[in-house]
Amino acid sequence: MSLLSFLDREHTVAKPGFSRWMVPPAALCIHLCIGQAYALSVFNLPMTKLIGITQSAPGDWKLTDLGWIFSIAIFFLGASAAVFGRWVEEGGPRRAMFTSGLCWAGGFFLSAIGVYSHTLWLIYLGYGFFGGIGLGLGYISPVSTLIKWFPDRPGMATGMAIMGFGGGAFIASPLSVWLMAKFSSATHVGVAEAFICLGIIYLCFMWVGAAIVRVPAPGWKPEGYTPPVVAQKLITKNDVYVYDAIKTPQFWLIWAVLCLNVTAGIGVLGQASAMSQEMFPGHVTPVAAAGFVGLLSLFNMLGRFFWASTSDIIGRKNTYFCFFVIGTVLYALVPHTGSIGSVALFVLCFVVIMSMYGGGFATVPAYLKDMFGTRYVGAIHGWLITAWSMAGIFGPVLVNYIRQYQIEHGVPKAQAYNTTMYVMAGLLVVGFVCNFMITAVHERFHMKSDHEAERAQAAVAAAGEPAGA
Amino acid sequence: MTNGHQQGTTRLQLLLAWGFVGIPLAWGVVQTIANAMKLFQ
Repeated sequence: MSLLSFLDREHTVAKPGFSRWMVPPAALCIHLCIGQAYALSVFNLPMTKLIGITQSAPGDWKLTDLGWIFSIAIFFLGASAAVFGRWVEEGGPRRAMFTSGLCWAGGFFLSAIGVYSHTLWLIYLGYGFFGGIGLGLGYISPVSTLIKWFPDRPGMATGMAIMGFGGGAFIASPLSVWLMAKFSSATHVGVAEAFICLGIIYLCFMWVGAAIVRVPAPGWKPEGYTPPVVAQKLITKNDVYVYDAIKTPQFWLIWAVLCLNVTAGIGVLGQASAMSQEMFPGHVTPVAAAGFVGLLSLFNMLGRFFWASTSDIIGRKNTYFCFFVIGTVLYALVPHTGSIGSVALFVLCFVVIMSMYGGGFATVPAYLKDMFGTRYVGAIHGWLITAWSMAGIFGPVLVNYIRQYQIEHGVPKAQAYNTTMYVMAGLLVVGFVCNFMITAVHERFHMKSDHEAERAQAAVAAAGEPAGA
Repeated sequence: MTNGHQQGTTRLQLLLAWGFVGIPLAWGVVQTIANAMKLFQ
């Protein structure tokens, strides 16, 4: 009972003297752990040899079966972020982080049993379902708290946390390989033991984050900070209730902006290794291609912090304009790098593109805060995450399908990605238009001063069909 | 109310908190950079 009350929002309110710089590490504790999802693929090959040990034997799982683990997890990431967003917002960050840790680590433990008993559905249930819920809760849990602690630099604050999600794979990948090597023998592949170790490590890390996190006391503001007196067109001082926010055209325009930015990036990220080798045959070896993927991941992470921080200076809308203009130019330039055989220019194009892919994720919470206020920004962000789930399907399918179509129609492999690049550039042009169309949310959606969501909803209903001009 | 460090949060607490997340992250970044260097070899 006392433990449960420790998790309550009211027990999370910071006492005077608490430094807000303790909150980003708390958020990073969560995001560095759930970022492991990007490194799940290191387990794929070992899990196809659990019976055969040195090579796949009859009865061993196939890569296509294992691919579903990640897909299920990403689906439940989006679903849980949308469904539990309001609960996260109202219950406070500590409860959400604690629950996220339980689900995430529990998913690993259940998956370890699945590996040990060679029962694939247990891994779907463990990592896919429970892990996916842990991902969703963990991803959104620190967002609104950070925005409240850093009203002067919301982009930088959320960028720091979401950078952790990109960085989580950097830790998980070598750690997982090391753990598997430790527990493997001539007759055994150490996947189950690695899962248990990771589960324990992540549980400890995430619960430390939950213990550290605090919410600011009502009315708190940073020392010396005075909110801008002159109203800015695209930065609201009002709050919008979560279920009203998703009725506004602004929400769906930002949804499209994120979806298009992610679709363009995620498809390339998944195919980066093959693409670099096929576009520069003989110049880029498989080892160098692996290095290229590592470089992309690094810029994906750094871009999250850089672009989100930049958005505090130039504004969110302008930041996304940068993504769409620079991205369009760079995607259109990539086929040219292939035709002139310039690996350096090719790498330069993609590291910038990847930085903007990461930047898109990291800047969007602050964009939502500007449009819909801070009160329900975590829950609204939860709904927006569905754009990521959608892009996770569209992006790779688009890249793979276009490449296959080109090759089947006699296009050399070195040029098979050219059309894809132009399609990606086209997607970014559409994204530019969507971003251009974003205007301030109509005041009929604003919550009343007593913050009663029901009243705000009633006001919207009374006003008829929302126009959100 | 301010966010001063003097009364509540100490510098040591801040250092520990940032070290707790910063050290593993730095280790991961170094591993990734070492891997990425293969592109230029």
